[in-house]
Amino acid sequence: MARQPEGPPPPPTVQKLRLRYAKRGPLRFASHRDLARALERALRRAQVPMAFSAGFSPHPKISYVGAAPTGAASEAEYVEIGLAERRDPEAVRAALDASLPPGVDVLECVEAAEGGGSLADRIDAARWRVELPGVEPEELAAAVAAFLASDVVTVAKRTKNGLKDVDAREPVASAASAGTAGCAILTMVVRQVTPAVRPDDVLAALAAVADLRPPSPPRAVREAQGRLDDSGIVADPLGPDRAARTRCQGEHAAV
Amino acid sequence: MTGTTRHASGETLYPRLEPLLAQVQKPIQYVGGELNAQVKAWDDVAVHWALMYPDAYEVGLPNQGLMILYEVLNERPDALAERTYAVWPDLAGLMREQGVPQFTVDAHRAVGDFDLLGVSFATELGYTNLLEALDLARIPLHALDRDESHPVVVAGGHAAFNPEPIADFVDCAVLGDGEQAVGDITDVVAAWKEQGRPGGRVELLARLARVDGVYVPRFYAVGYGPDGAITAVTRTRDDVPARVGKRTVMDLDEWPYPKTPLVPLAESVHERMSVEIFRGCTRGCRFCQAGMITRPVRERTITGIGSMVDQGLRATGYEEVGLLSLSSADHSEIGQLAKELADRYEGTNTGLSLPSTRVDAFNVTLANELSRNGRRSGLTFAPEGGSERIRRVINKTVSKDDLVRTVTTAYANGWRQVKLYFMCGLPTETDEDVLEIAELAVEVIRAGREASGSKDVRCTVSIGGFVPKPHTPFQWAGQASAETIDHRLRVLRQAINADRRIGRSIGLRYHDGKPGVVEGLLSRGDRRVGRVIERVWREGGRFDGWSEHFSYERWTAAAAEELSAFGVDLDWFTTRERTQDEVLPWDHLDSGLDKEWLWDDWQEALSEEEVADCRWTPCYDCGVCPTNGTEIQIGPTGRSLLPLTVVGR
Repeated sequence: MARQPEGPPPPPTVQKLRLRYAKRGPLRFASHRDLARALERALRRAQVPMAFSAGFSPHPKISYVGAAPTGAASEAEYVEIGLAERRDPEAVRAALDASLPPGVDVLECVEAAEGGGSLADRIDAARWRVELPGVEPEELAAAVAAFLASDVVTVAKRTKNGLKDVDAREPVASAASAGTAGCAILTMVVRQVTPAVRPDDVLAALAAVADLRPPSPPRAVREAQGRLDDSGIVADPLGPDRAARTRCQGEHAAV
Repeated sequence: MTGTTRHASGETLYPRLEPLLAQVQKPIQYVGGELNAQVKAWDDVAVHWALMYPDAYEVGLPNQGLMILYEVLNERPDALAERTYAVWPDLAGLMREQGVPQFTVDAHRAVGDFDLLGVSFATELGYTNLLEALDLARIPLHALDRDESHPVVVAGGHAAFNPEPIADFVDCAVLGDGEQAVGDITDVVAAWKEQGRPGGRVELLARLARVDGVYVPRFYAVGYGPDGAITAVTRTRDDVPARVGKRTVMDLDEWPYPKTPLVPLAESVHERMSVEIFRGCTRGCRFCQAGMITRPVRERTITGIGSMVDQGLRATGYEEVGLLSLSSADHSEIGQLAKELADRYEGTNTGLSLPSTRVDAFNVTLANELSRNGRRSGLTFAPEGGSERIRRVINKTVSKDDLVRTVTTAYANGWRQVKLYFMCGLPTETDEDVLEIAELAVEVIRAGREASGSKDVRCTVSIGGFVPKPHTPFQWAGQASAETIDHRLRVLRQAINADRRIGRSIGLRYHDGKPGVVEGLLSRGDRRVGRVIERVWREGGRFDGWSEHFSYERWTAAAAEELSAFGVDLDWFTTRERTQDEVLPWDHLDSGLDKEWLWDDWQEALSEEEVADCRWTPCYDCGVCPTNGTEIQIGPTGRSLLPLTVVGR
């Protein structure tokens, strides 16, 4: 006879919180799995009353949305957590931020609005900023122009099933060059596709179309994630939750 | 190497390291920033320690010894300690190319800038990684080539009880518990620096040689006879001890370390927090070096353990706590401890676990209590020997019936998987002794299916070759050859697979015999073996504990070439049985065990006689307590755990 856990099932989720956090500095080398472990432990240290799945190996209710690759920094990582007791979102943010190592910084926490849809549905693109030490801005500008003028730029991408050819051009909604002498900066908006096209793939494409080969490893930062609107702007995925909250509070005030 | 780039002492190397990290596997292991890590200002302290675990970060980070010393040293206002681990070949190549030296993960300081480099050897297979780290740190490989600008290289850990194979590469070795020894060493170094480094490096080492438990190999000369055996080891200065004794920390409650265990971002081999519940073991298992060199038993009290568990969980957020020791179920208050910890953490999703235990029905009860409302996945027992006869030889007596009954009890209590640890190649062993493992496993599965009413029970047999170790009764034994081990593993596998209906429920995990032979060479080697280690490293040997990096051929070729000049060879160090009158390379290093007692115990092993545990029976005069002025410290204390407001409740 299989054993069953004694006692009542775990308490249900009564509140969903959505967090935006950054990974910065040396911690850009943390992988998604590294960050997930760190977050789970920080939630325990911060004594956030997490909701758990049932069974003999209960897991806290945490859902991650599209993590930035290992080696890339980010200002816009998103995660949703389920709580078994209600908490003030700002208090959770502060406690969690204090509990995480410096370099993993919790920037925002909002309560998910009822019926507002999933967080993942509100993200289909990312804005990137890539520093290229040792590359002149003019060099980069020429390469970007050549890239944007191409219809298709095929690059070989390492996947679980070996090398695979992908088109790095199509998902790039916009790209521009800036920066100062000795350090060009590439900014771009890239749509989510499968397999994902990442900054490394776009850089490989720049090497293919314009032989742009940075002398030292580029440093990429994901600046924003969200829905790409027609004007080319990446919308804040927490916006609808924040708006619902304000409306809700406004109604309360009116009563 | 392009790198002769100079940096100020203690300056961070991170800006030069960062571009390299983008090009290597698992870069997170090199960036530090773990929860509870500490970085102190370089100029605020007199003495700087770099602490190394000579294996990959994922293995080294959870090491308790290193974590303890890291905290103990950083608590001192006059000292700082940072950590460094073996660097994988991909990064090592880039570091050499770009002139970036071996660095600490805490503040990315050059290891060569520190006053001391302490290296903890849990296994001898880390020796080539020591040489790699010294070379990357630009510290001369040979201690005699170092000057005052180089760190003092200190070996510690269980392998330091015979540091002779690495005697040329280390400046000193610490025998026994490190908590107090590192403090004494720090005092000596601080005073010598304060006085303006009188007498240079040699004077510093002479002062260190007078610290209790510190062995400085260069002050001891080894003589060899025509047969290749050692004639004598004699000191070359009369102000150093003729024999070096070990350090023993008494009253573990006064040393509740680590108080704030390190929590890495990277995944490690132990994803849990550990609390050491006692140190030492007097069960007297004759193969077990740890049990022999860590005597006597010193228990932490139930209340001491309770507060370490509580404080550690708060500091780490870990989901699981392991109650660590050489034989955890032997703690005098273990039953009460298990119950009270289970009570305290009920409903908090905090797991409690014991490491592998002796085969004893009581241990199933304990494991049930600890997993009261959690998953019962696997339970591990360590019978070590396949037959009752061989278990008498190794002094780990349990009858076959008791073994089957215990494992069956585990299945009946909802445990689905039982792992059994064995060794092969034990002294006096025959094929038949090993084949009994197969019979045992089959019986266990039959009984387990019946007891649980389910076919879903598994037994995993985990087996490796036995390596005789210094300071044990088996230190005289001839080690089984790699061929013997591999043959016995083969017949065992065939026997297990003979009946597929049962065999498919039995897993066999084994290590082939070759790495064990190299471990044997390094364990019982003398200073001549240092040349073999150096040659292997020069030819690319490192990470010898990893099968994908280990090369048996490289070791055997290097041993043949380097040892022939001395008239000895690999077999001389490994498969050869020693005689009673032979001077052993570690005879001048004193674990407290009386050599005559060890010899008598070896003879009793050969005649299959058992010896009882001195915790519960009269002293059998192993020699440790009178030699070191120590005593057994066990409970019960009669105290109990106070209720707490716990994390996550």
